[in-house]
Amino acid sequence: MIQLDETDRHILRELVKDATQSASALGRKLGLSQPATWRRVKRLHDIGVIKGQRLDLDRERLGFGVAVFLGVKLATKGRVSLDDFERAVSAIPEVQSVEHILGVYDYRLRVVARDISDFERVLRRRIMTLPGVGDVEANVVLSEERRPGPI
Amino acid sequence: MLDDTDRRLLRHYQLAPQLSPSELADRAGVAPATCARRLERMQAQGVILGNRAVIDWQVLGYEVEVSLRAQLDKTQPRAFDEFTAAAREVPEVIEIQTFLGRVDLRLYVIARDMAHYQHIYRTAILRLPHITDIEALMHMARIKSDKGLPI
Repeated sequence: MIQLDETDRHILRELVKDATQSASALGRKLGLSQPATWRRVKRLHDIGVIKGQRLDLDRERLGFGVAVFLGVKLATKGRVSLDDFERAVSAIPEVQSVEHILGVYDYRLRVVARDISDFERVLRRRIMTLPGVGDVEANVVLSEERRPGPI
Repeated sequence: MLDDTDRRLLRHYQLAPQLSPSELADRAGVAPATCARRLERMQAQGVILGNRAVIDWQVLGYEVEVSLRAQLDKTQPRAFDEFTAAAREVPEVIEIQTFLGRVDLRLYVIARDMAHYQHIYRTAILRLPHITDIEALMHMARIKSDKGLPI
């Protein structure tokens, strides 16, 4: 398993806050030289600890006032292939994420919409018409936060 | 507030947050100076909240992902605040969401294996205040993840 030392963890905490920092700016915070910092950052990318970057946007300022988590249960398991459902649901632009889960529901979808009536449109025209869709439970997001995690 | 050029920039930036400002300008078909100015403005306006590194927890040995759906005792006026404040102290909690719906809250928890998860559940999660009901959903697969907003 991959072992990280305290400096690596510090770098990760910094890059999770702002991935656009230069190696020299980052090095100054850590008391490391620019080349040493660059080598460590490169290693974290190379071994796959950092798998990419994510642009964090304010959805409400962009006009998406509503975010909803939908728990979807398939009605006709076995008859409709999971692949068909997954392919169709992934193609909906308003669906930001699709997770296959084990529990009361089969899938969890995260859906964004401009407002509640726009959400109703997405739900009726796009979600309820998906192949094999059964029970749907909606939970409207009031607040959300991402935590740095155990680093 | 945002015009078509802003939206085009965000669309490209969202798809490839690792691009340098000049590469992004090139891809979106705007002059580098225009691109830089617009990004700066959208940051100042709070449309762009950040550009963050994404950690691959599996690479770091976290094999288990659990989504915990909790209901709280709503007769306690401070239940939400006290619960979320306590949940933030658990390092393995990487997302916290509050909802309007049947579920009040969702915690997204990562663990190294089932034994580690059991340990976190018993020693940290069940000690969180004001829980009336809690239910765990195990993640099987991520079919579509963090696709960004349909700007």
